[in-house]
Amino acid sequence: MPETVLPPDPAASNTSLRALLHGLPGVDEVGARARAADLSTRSIKTSAKARAIDLAISMIDLTTLEGADTRGKVRALSAKAVRPDPADPAVPSAAAVCVYSDLVATAAEALAGSGVKVASVATAFPSGRAPLEAKLADTRRAVADGAAEIDMVIDRGAFLAGDYLAVRDEITAVKEACGDAHLKVILETGELATYDNVRRASWLAILAGADFIKTSTGKVAPAATLPVTLIMLEAVRDHYAATGRRVGVKPAGGIRTAKDALKYLVLVNEVAGDGWLDPDHFRLGASSLLNDLLMQRTRLSTGTYPGPDYYTLD
Amino acid sequence: MERQADGIFEYAPAPESRAVVRLRPAYELFIDGEFVPAKSGEHMTTANPADEEPLAQVSVAGETDVDRAVTAARRAFEGVWGAMSGAERGKYLFRIARILQERARELAVLETLDNGKPIKETRDVDLPLVAAHFFYHAGWADKLDHAGMGPAPRPVGVAAQVIPWNFPLLMLAWKIAPALAAGNTVVLKPAETTPLSALVFAEICQEAELPPGVVNIVTGAGETGRALVGHPGADKVAFTGSTAVGREIARTVAGTGKRLTLELGGKGANIVYDDAALDQAVEGIVSGIFFNQGHVCCAGSRLLVQESAAEELLARLRARIERLRLGDPLDKNTDIGAINSAEQLERIRELARAGAEEGAESWSPDCPLPERGHWFPPTVFTGVTQAHRIAREEIFGPVLSVLTFRTPEEAVAKANNTPYGLSAGVWTEKGSRMLWTAERLRAGVIWSNTFNKFDPASPFGGYKESGYGREGGRHGLEAYLVHAA
Repeated sequence: MPETVLPPDPAASNTSLRALLHGLPGVDEVGARARAADLSTRSIKTSAKARAIDLAISMIDLTTLEGADTRGKVRALSAKAVRPDPADPAVPSAAAVCVYSDLVATAAEALAGSGVKVASVATAFPSGRAPLEAKLADTRRAVADGAAEIDMVIDRGAFLAGDYLAVRDEITAVKEACGDAHLKVILETGELATYDNVRRASWLAILAGADFIKTSTGKVAPAATLPVTLIMLEAVRDHYAATGRRVGVKPAGGIRTAKDALKYLVLVNEVAGDGWLDPDHFRLGASSLLNDLLMQRTRLSTGTYPGPDYYTLD
Repeated sequence: MERQADGIFEYAPAPESRAVVRLRPAYELFIDGEFVPAKSGEHMTTANPADEEPLAQVSVAGETDVDRAVTAARRAFEGVWGAMSGAERGKYLFRIARILQERARELAVLETLDNGKPIKETRDVDLPLVAAHFFYHAGWADKLDHAGMGPAPRPVGVAAQVIPWNFPLLMLAWKIAPALAAGNTVVLKPAETTPLSALVFAEICQEAELPPGVVNIVTGAGETGRALVGHPGADKVAFTGSTAVGREIARTVAGTGKRLTLELGGKGANIVYDDAALDQAVEGIVSGIFFNQGHVCCAGSRLLVQESAAEELLARLRARIERLRLGDPLDKNTDIGAINSAEQLERIRELARAGAEEGAESWSPDCPLPERGHWFPPTVFTGVTQAHRIAREEIFGPVLSVLTFRTPEEAVAKANNTPYGLSAGVWTEKGSRMLWTAERLRAGVIWSNTFNKFDPASPFGGYKESGYGREGGRHGLEAYLVHAA
């Protein structure tokens, strides 16, 4: 891919970042929606469906982000992430358990040795409104308690005001505070107003060092949508073509059914390609989705739907 | 760009069921409300282009049969349909539209079997548009006083209509819906390779209890078409098809007093400026030339890309084309179906050979073609110049000719430098450039940041050798109405 998508000078200014981000090819909203809608008509059946369901399960960041969360709930969720269907050991584990930073230690203890990672939201999630020092302290503490992945939010106010440098510097600082932990940068696309902004925010986060770009906190409507995910997948695809570094994508919020999850996998397959079809490069941020995937999995192998009581409550 | 992840996530076959279609072994002509055997006694076989299996026997209408059909249409026009109130005619059209929706799945599968186009298109494009055309024109039937043709415009009479094989049922809808709404009766000849959906439409006319003779369907090849357009009882001739046949029809009709509309070939230019939304432009280019295997008169068969964006755009385009899925048209995941006939396939091959011989560079994705049936891979020619045959002649297949330009003036000059003038597309994020370009293009339809979008309310037709007259919208009604005195 061409120069328009090469990384900027690290000593960037707001002017140079603006020139770069506003020089990206535009997004035609009608066309982007039409493409996402067209891909969502793909018919995934039988053996393809079975593979896709297991792949989707292995990509889930099983999430609880409520004020009322308890240690007990985090332990229960962790057990479920390790072995989603107690009756069937063939079901793969989820990718990670995603919690608030004060519950990281509990999750880390519950998941020790399982291969399921602990992900923590940080940086004054979901609003992002806190001093940088507080955001960095939040991040460091979560990593120290055992988080392998940090889900940060960008400063949407600064982004929308055109202060791209502030957004970039904050991501860079959090990335540094992460140490070896992977950084997922939440764009909160529901607040970004245009698809052009989604593309620009994607590139800004990627260039600032994000390992993943993530659609949403789940606290703002709309959360993840297919067109927004399409645009983010195009950004990581183009960035990979330009640099050889493969950044992951995580739609989160509002993905509740197996049918929805399969539409996202089709999008990954046909927009970014097979290099993204693994949990290291694509995640689904969800909670109730897992039970529907399990139910469809059973339905596919036995031909009947078990009742919802056969799956554990989150 | 990475190749498709077949190892990890190969889509299993997802074929639409054929069981919804009840094919009869043989079909007769539909004249005066009934299926009747052809007096000619001749038959032809229509086959599935995807596997060359015969589908059904269809009658070939001779001169006597055509005469019977025109006579029935005249009787229906004078006896019942021409005098019926617009509101009453509208009820029949609404009824037909609803039945078309109810039988949409059956018709989509049938169209895919007979034509070779993917079920995704017949299901999501052809059939919804067919119903939309009948609904739209049903609404016009009692409002013709407001069509801009004076206070009480009159129908023309008997319309002789000849349609092509690329959108069999949709072209039927474009022809029959406005004719009936305006109070005309019709004799329609579907294309020789795709007659089946028109014959099921005849069943729908019976189901809707349309008065006998208002719609007559005569099947056959070129001879039948000649007998129909040359019949002295026809007041109006409407043809969609090739420019060569259109010329012949114009000669036949000249001096007879018959009204004539022609919708003919095209060599549409898709102009992409360097500030275009590139990912969506790629989608528009793909839909412009690979939709319906490129069997589209308004296809964007010439890509004119600004040279400063050419390399990047073509890289994205090739990566996108590699993901197109060619194969069984009944599979719900198929993007590219079969070429409609051996004859058409040979024409595409001949022009593709000419492109290579004249020095253009050909590229196709690594895409295995099924062994049986008529198939041609998506193909992109780069290094094409205005002088090449593949830049001038209509290929009517999945073959894109890429040319570059430097200035907007050059883009417009190249786009207009064709004997045709049916469609064009313009891709830019800058509104003033869009308007500047669109104003200067000599084409009947200009799409702005999109391509191959159709709507019954929008008039469609061409400049120059792409024909004359408009179909759809208020303008389309003019062909079927006589201005109030």
